[in-house]
Amino acid sequence: MKVDLVYFAWVRERIGKPGETLDLPETVKTVGDLLNHLKGLGEEYEIALEHDRVIRVAINQEHATHDEPIAGAREIGIFPPMTGG
Amino acid sequence: MTASPVTAKVRIQAEDFDLAAEMADLSQGRADIGAIVSFFGLCRDEGGRLAALELEHYPGMAEAEIGRICAEAIARWPLKGLVAIHRYGRIAPGGNIVLVLAASPHRQAAFDAANFVMDYLKTSAPFWKKEHFADGSSGNWVSAKDADDEARLRWQKA
Repeated sequence: MKVDLVYFAWVRERIGKPGETLDLPETVKTVGDLLNHLKGLGEEYEIALEHDRVIRVAINQEHATHDEPIAGAREIGIFPPMTGG
Repeated sequence: MTASPVTAKVRIQAEDFDLAAEMADLSQGRADIGAIVSFFGLCRDEGGRLAALELEHYPGMAEAEIGRICAEAIARWPLKGLVAIHRYGRIAPGGNIVLVLAASPHRQAAFDAANFVMDYLKTSAPFWKKEHFADGSSGNWVSAKDADDEARLRWQKA
Protein backbone atom coordinates (compact mmCIF):
# COMPACT_ATOMS: atom_id res chain seq x y z
CA MET A 1 0.00 0.00 0.00
CA LYS A 2 1.36 3.40 -1.05
CA VAL A 3 0.82 6.21 1.41
CA ASP A 4 1.96 9.81 1.81
CA LEU A 5 3.58 10.42 5.17
CA VAL A 6 3.92 13.96 6.54
CA TYR A 7 6.01 14.89 9.57
CA PHE A 8 5.81 17.96 11.80
CA ALA A 9 7.80 19.81 14.48
CA TRP A 10 10.52 17.73 16.18
CA VAL A 11 9.42 14.55 14.42
CA ARG A 12 10.13 16.32 11.10
CA GLU A 13 13.45 17.70 12.36
CA ARG A 14 14.66 14.36 13.72
CA ILE A 15 13.66 12.35 10.63
CA GLY A 16 15.22 15.11 8.55
CA LYS A 17 12.46 15.62 5.96
CA PRO A 18 8.93 17.03 5.84
CA GLY A 19 7.44 13.89 4.37
CA GLU A 20 7.74 11.04 1.89
CA THR A 21 5.71 8.49 -0.03
CA LEU A 22 6.27 4.91 1.13
CA ASP A 23 5.12 1.59 -0.19
CA LEU A 24 4.19 -0.28 2.99
CA PRO A 25 4.36 -4.07 3.32
CA GLU A 26 1.10 -5.99 3.86
CA THR A 27 2.09 -6.74 7.44
CA VAL A 28 1.71 -3.07 8.41
CA LYS A 29 -1.95 -2.95 9.38
CA THR A 30 -2.29 -0.43 12.22
CA VAL A 31 -0.83 2.92 13.24
CA GLY A 32 1.29 1.06 15.82
CA ASP A 33 2.59 -1.31 13.11
CA LEU A 34 3.49 1.71 10.98
CA LEU A 35 5.49 3.36 13.79
CA ASN A 36 7.38 0.11 14.37
CA HIS A 37 8.02 -0.28 10.65
CA LEU A 38 9.39 3.27 10.42
CA LYS A 39 11.69 2.69 13.40
CA GLY A 40 13.34 -0.05 11.33
CA LEU A 41 14.16 2.34 8.47
CA GLY A 42 17.14 3.99 10.13
CA GLU A 43 18.61 5.63 13.17
CA GLU A 44 16.93 8.99 12.48
CA TYR A 45 13.50 7.32 12.53
CA GLU A 46 14.43 5.37 15.64
CA ILE A 47 15.39 8.59 17.44
CA ALA A 48 12.34 10.52 16.19
CA LEU A 49 9.88 7.82 17.23
CA GLU A 50 11.73 6.51 20.31
CA HIS A 51 9.03 7.62 22.77
CA ASP A 52 6.21 6.27 20.67
CA ARG A 53 3.63 6.68 23.45
CA VAL A 54 3.74 10.47 22.99
CA ILE A 55 3.69 10.33 19.19
CA ARG A 56 0.39 11.52 17.67
CA VAL A 57 -0.90 10.28 14.35
CA ALA A 58 -3.58 11.53 11.97
CA ILE A 59 -5.10 9.47 9.16
CA ASN A 60 -6.41 11.58 6.26
CA GLN A 61 -6.11 14.63 8.55
CA GLU A 62 -8.13 13.19 11.45
CA HIS A 63 -6.63 12.12 14.78
CA ALA A 64 -6.15 8.36 15.09
CA THR A 65 -5.20 6.08 17.98
CA HIS A 66 -2.25 3.70 17.72
CA ASP A 67 -4.48 0.63 17.38
CA GLU A 68 -6.46 2.09 14.48
CA PRO A 69 -6.17 0.31 11.10
CA ILE A 70 -4.50 2.30 8.32
CA ALA A 71 -6.32 0.58 5.44
CA GLY A 72 -7.55 3.19 2.97
CA ALA A 73 -5.26 5.93 4.27
CA ARG A 74 -4.05 8.38 1.60
CA GLU A 75 -2.11 10.63 3.97
CA ILE A 76 -0.75 9.89 7.43
CA GLY A 77 0.57 12.70 9.62
CA ILE A 78 3.05 11.93 12.40
CA PHE A 79 3.83 14.59 15.01
CA PRO A 80 4.45 15.42 18.69
CA PRO A 81 1.71 16.50 21.13
CA MET A 82 0.23 19.79 19.96
CA THR A 83 1.08 23.14 21.54
CA GLY A 84 -1.04 25.71 19.71
CA GLY A 85 -3.40 28.31 21.08
CA MET B 1 -38.92 33.38 10.97
CA THR B 2 -36.70 30.34 11.20
CA ALA B 3 -33.19 30.72 12.50
CA SER B 4 -30.53 30.04 9.91
CA PRO B 5 -28.07 27.32 10.85
CA VAL B 6 -24.91 28.64 12.48
CA THR B 7 -21.63 27.84 10.79
CA ALA B 8 -18.32 28.76 12.32
CA LYS B 9 -15.84 31.01 10.57
CA VAL B 10 -12.43 29.33 10.79
CA ARG B 11 -9.27 30.90 9.41
CA ILE B 12 -5.64 29.79 9.57
CA GLN B 13 -3.38 32.61 8.45
CA ALA B 14 0.08 34.14 8.73
CA GLU B 15 -1.19 37.71 8.82
CA ASP B 16 -2.50 39.48 11.89
CA PHE B 17 -6.21 39.82 12.64
CA ASP B 18 -8.28 42.75 13.82
CA LEU B 19 -10.71 42.32 16.71
CA ALA B 20 -12.90 45.29 15.78
CA ALA B 21 -13.28 44.08 12.18
CA GLU B 22 -14.08 40.50 13.25
CA MET B 23 -16.54 41.73 15.88
CA ALA B 24 -18.31 43.98 13.34
CA ASP B 25 -18.46 41.15 10.80
CA LEU B 26 -20.03 38.88 13.40
CA SER B 27 -22.65 41.27 14.78
CA GLN B 28 -23.42 43.77 12.02
CA GLY B 29 -27.08 43.98 11.03
CA ARG B 30 -28.20 41.48 13.65
CA ALA B 31 -30.43 41.91 16.66
CA ASP B 32 -30.46 38.32 17.97
CA ILE B 33 -27.05 38.41 19.69
CA GLY B 34 -27.05 39.35 23.35
CA ALA B 35 -23.49 38.43 24.24
CA ILE B 36 -20.14 38.06 22.52
CA VAL B 37 -17.18 36.60 24.41
CA SER B 38 -13.76 37.16 22.86
CA PHE B 39 -10.57 35.34 23.70
CA PHE B 40 -7.17 36.54 22.56
CA GLY B 41 -4.06 34.40 22.83
CA LEU B 42 -0.88 36.47 22.67
CA CYS B 43 2.84 35.75 22.56
CA ARG B 44 4.54 36.31 25.98
CA ASP B 45 8.17 37.41 26.24
CA GLU B 46 8.86 34.96 29.11
CA GLY B 47 10.44 37.66 31.28
CA GLY B 48 12.41 39.17 28.39
CA ARG B 49 14.07 35.89 27.32
CA LEU B 50 11.94 35.25 24.26
CA ALA B 51 12.52 37.01 20.92
CA ALA B 52 9.78 35.20 18.99
CA LEU B 53 7.65 32.11 18.71
CA GLU B 54 7.59 30.16 15.49
CA LEU B 55 4.30 28.40 14.94
CA GLU B 56 4.27 25.38 12.67
CA HIS B 57 0.95 23.91 11.53
CA TYR B 58 -0.44 21.02 9.52
CA PRO B 59 -2.04 22.74 6.51
CA GLY B 60 -5.49 21.36 5.80
CA MET B 61 -5.79 19.46 9.04
CA ALA B 62 -5.51 22.65 11.14
CA GLU B 63 -8.61 24.08 9.41
CA ALA B 64 -10.41 20.72 9.54
CA GLU B 65 -9.70 20.07 13.21
CA ILE B 66 -10.69 23.56 14.40
CA GLY B 67 -13.79 23.22 12.21
CA ARG B 68 -14.67 19.96 14.00
CA ILE B 69 -14.16 21.60 17.42
CA CYS B 70 -16.37 24.55 16.43
CA ALA B 71 -19.08 22.22 15.09
CA GLU B 72 -19.10 20.43 18.46
CA ALA B 73 -19.42 23.78 20.28
CA ILE B 74 -22.34 24.77 18.01
CA ALA B 75 -24.01 21.43 18.77
CA ARG B 76 -23.58 21.92 22.53
CA TRP B 77 -24.56 25.57 23.04
CA PRO B 78 -27.23 27.84 21.53
CA LEU B 79 -24.76 29.99 19.60
CA LYS B 80 -25.53 32.68 17.05
CA GLY B 81 -22.02 32.83 15.71
CA LEU B 82 -18.53 31.45 16.26
CA VAL B 83 -15.18 32.66 14.92
CA ALA B 84 -11.79 30.98 15.37
CA ILE B 85 -8.67 32.46 13.81
CA HIS B 86 -5.21 30.95 14.41
CA ARG B 87 -1.97 32.40 13.08
CA TYR B 88 1.16 30.55 12.02
CA GLY B 89 4.71 31.65 11.27
CA ARG B 90 6.97 33.86 13.36
CA ILE B 91 5.21 35.92 16.03
CA ALA B 92 7.01 38.42 18.26
CA PRO B 93 6.12 39.01 21.94
CA GLY B 94 2.95 41.07 22.21
CA GLY B 95 1.70 39.71 18.88
CA ASN B 96 -1.60 37.91 18.43
CA ILE B 97 -1.69 34.12 18.10
CA VAL B 98 -5.33 33.13 18.33
CA LEU B 99 -8.77 34.74 18.42
CA VAL B 100 -12.04 33.09 19.41
CA LEU B 101 -15.36 34.92 19.33
CA ALA B 102 -18.50 33.21 20.58
CA ALA B 103 -21.87 34.91 20.17
CA SER B 104 -25.14 33.85 21.77
CA PRO B 105 -28.40 35.35 23.05
CA HIS B 106 -27.16 35.05 26.68
CA ARG B 107 -23.69 35.31 28.18
CA GLN B 108 -23.23 31.88 29.77
CA ALA B 109 -23.31 29.95 26.50
CA ALA B 110 -20.86 32.43 24.97
CA PHE B 111 -18.42 32.12 27.89
CA ASP B 112 -18.65 28.33 27.93
CA ALA B 113 -18.34 27.89 24.18
CA ALA B 114 -15.26 30.14 23.93
CA ASN B 115 -13.66 28.29 26.85
CA PHE B 116 -14.49 24.90 25.30
CA VAL B 117 -13.10 25.85 21.89
CA MET B 118 -9.83 27.04 23.46
CA ASP B 119 -9.43 23.94 25.66
CA TYR B 120 -9.91 21.62 22.68
CA LEU B 121 -7.86 23.76 20.34
CA LYS B 122 -4.86 23.68 22.74
CA THR B 123 -4.76 19.88 22.82
CA SER B 124 -6.00 18.80 19.39
CA ALA B 125 -5.44 21.50 16.77
CA PRO B 126 -2.21 20.61 14.91
CA PHE B 127 0.05 23.54 15.80
CA TRP B 128 3.50 23.44 17.40
CA LYS B 129 5.44 26.29 18.98
CA LYS B 130 9.21 26.67 18.76
CA GLU B 131 10.98 29.26 20.91
CA HIS B 132 13.57 31.70 19.60
CA PHE B 133 15.47 33.41 22.39
CA ALA B 134 16.64 37.01 22.72
CA ASP B 135 20.26 35.83 23.04
CA GLY B 136 20.08 34.40 19.52
CA SER B 137 19.70 30.75 20.53
CA SER B 138 16.74 28.75 19.35
CA GLY B 139 15.52 25.26 18.99
CA ASN B 140 13.29 24.55 21.96
CA TRP B 141 9.97 23.10 21.00
CA VAL B 142 7.40 24.01 23.65
CA SER B 143 6.28 20.92 25.60
CA ALA B 144 2.63 20.02 25.90
CA LYS B 145 1.26 20.65 29.41
CA ASP B 146 -0.69 18.11 31.47
CA ALA B 147 -2.80 21.03 32.73
CA ASP B 148 -4.08 21.54 29.17
CA ASP B 149 -5.16 17.90 28.94
CA GLU B 150 -6.91 18.23 32.30
CA ALA B 151 -8.65 21.43 31.19
CA ARG B 152 -10.02 19.53 28.21
CA LEU B 153 -11.18 16.55 30.27
CA ARG B 154 -13.62 18.65 32.29
CA TRP B 155 -15.80 19.07 29.18
CA GLN B 156 -16.23 15.36 28.65
CA LYS B 157 -19.67 14.13 29.47
CA ALA B 158 -19.98 11.55 32.20
